[in-house]
Amino acid sequence: MRRSLPWIAGAALIGLPFVYHAPYPLHILIIILIWSFAYTSWSMMGRFGLVSLGHGGFMGIGAYVTALSWNHVGLTPWVGIPLALLAGGVLAVLVAYPCFRFRITGHYFALVTLALSGIVLQVITATRDQTGGSLGYTPERYRGGSSLYALQFSGKATWYLIALAVWAAGLYAWHRVDRSMTRYALEAISEDEDGAAAAGVHVTAEKLKITVLSAMMTALAGALYCQYQMFISPDTVSGIAISLQMVFAVVVGGIYVSLGPTVGAVITILLAEVLRISFGTRAVGWDNLVYGVLLVVFIVFLPKGILGSLLELRRRPRGPAAC
Amino acid sequence: MGVLDIFLLEALINGVLLGGVLALLSLGLNLVFGVIDVVWICYAELIMLGMYGMYFLYVVYHVPIGLAAVVCIVGVGILGVILHVVVIAPLLGAAPINQLLATGGVLFFLQSAATVLFGIEFRNLGLRLPVLKLSELFISYSRLLAFGAALIGMVLVYLFLTRTYTGTAIRAIAQDRQIMILMGVDSRRIYVITSALGGGLAGLAACLLVLQYDVHPFVGLSFGPITFLICVLGGLGNFAGGFVAAFVFAELISLGGLYLDLEWGYVFAFVFFIVMMFVRPEGLLARRS
Repeated sequence: MRRSLPWIAGAALIGLPFVYHAPYPLHILIIILIWSFAYTSWSMMGRFGLVSLGHGGFMGIGAYVTALSWNHVGLTPWVGIPLALLAGGVLAVLVAYPCFRFRITGHYFALVTLALSGIVLQVITATRDQTGGSLGYTPERYRGGSSLYALQFSGKATWYLIALAVWAAGLYAWHRVDRSMTRYALEAISEDEDGAAAAGVHVTAEKLKITVLSAMMTALAGALYCQYQMFISPDTVSGIAISLQMVFAVVVGGIYVSLGPTVGAVITILLAEVLRISFGTRAVGWDNLVYGVLLVVFIVFLPKGILGSLLELRRRPRGPAAC
Repeated sequence: MGVLDIFLLEALINGVLLGGVLALLSLGLNLVFGVIDVVWICYAELIMLGMYGMYFLYVVYHVPIGLAAVVCIVGVGILGVILHVVVIAPLLGAAPINQLLATGGVLFFLQSAATVLFGIEFRNLGLRLPVLKLSELFISYSRLLAFGAALIGMVLVYLFLTRTYTGTAIRAIAQDRQIMILMGVDSRRIYVITSALGGGLAGLAACLLVLQYDVHPFVGLSFGPITFLICVLGGLGNFAGGFVAAFVFAELISLGGLYLDLEWGYVFAFVFFIVMMFVRPEGLLARRS
């Protein structure tokens, strides 16, 4: 029963849009899936103590490179998205390699990457002749309707399935890392870098691998968001606020479990939507208020996040919890 | 003098004055950072609350501005203590990143509390300080004032840290937090005092910033990140380094803004920060050991 549960859940998720296709709930689901994927990408490195506040930058690169190469060069997103991933990866290497080489860790790593997301945001705003600046940017519609070539679809069900596939791929990547030697190497590094190096772990290479993977996945999330929403602005896909949002959602959901980021996305997005619907414009600010309090309470009392703590509760009666 | 030279000179001077504001901003954060080893991500939001305090006291309740400033400094100091006791103290033993994130939660909380309570309108004191005119140069008094206050604040903090018993204990704790407890220093008391001082400096910054800028719930985001970068660039807890870093940053922003756009000024400052982290990770003025 336990083994078949993921398959049943997966089949239910795939079947959903064929049975039920009210646009608004599907839209919320798509948004949740895209952000879940972004949060999962962040947690790939975040769970090893590599706390990056630069992922807003990678997401912005993903979205803007895809949109700019479509509008200005006429490149289909099928070429534009790999380009965007490449750009995100190169940027990650440029910043992360010196960081790891010079052993910039902890607070310092978080702040260097914070500067990175600041740079991406300011560059997007400064090049307003090409990117539209803070007013935002829209990829041009391809002859009005849906097109596989332009990766533009008017139906929500198509987007739901795409987002679902990408999200599942993200979880698969998480599990691949979880089962690999890389995981043990990175856990050793996060405990004690010198010890890990002495034990034969190539510290810089291992950290760089996971960082590039995480950055490229985040760039993909940005590209996907851009293609789905057909509107991006520096504040919605890049910058420090987005970076913090990623970190917070993951911490609320649970940083050490595969579905933690997804749970974090569901909770934060549903909270914002419920408050918005039930209170309308009066709710401006209330969602973040609740969110901020929750976050502090979580970090003080439930540092493993909602899902992490629930799983531990379930495990506990059977014997001592394995850390 | 040619026209360009005037602009260049004005940009340079404005850079120096902006540097004063940034130095003042980073002073309190640097103290908390250096002593308690915790990053108050919500530091800029404390300043935002201080600015609102000034606005309400001066504009709504017609309190004299000097008294309002004192109330505001003490008030934000108390907020600093509350922040420490409620959020930081339970997390002192936790992973550093959890402390960072918890104060991040406080950031969201304060920002949205301000949105809910005060609305999103921009507010200002309605007070315009005169502009100093030196032949063809224009220099704003409020910036001069902030510059002077930053200098005085730094000297006072320096004297407090080096000339008083409590100050010596604070520096000792910053050097070795395990040993000092054995030496009979009550680290909890020292942390509370440091938090009050850090909060008070945030309050001082608020009093001076509100003279130049409008206050709104998201004002903290516009200078918060820069403040952290300055502290790190200068070296944590290294006040002189923080001061120099503030001026380097301010000149980069000011000159970048003169020749290109203001955004490029910020880009240069951020790139400079990242490069310097690789070259001198211990801070600009670190002694080579």
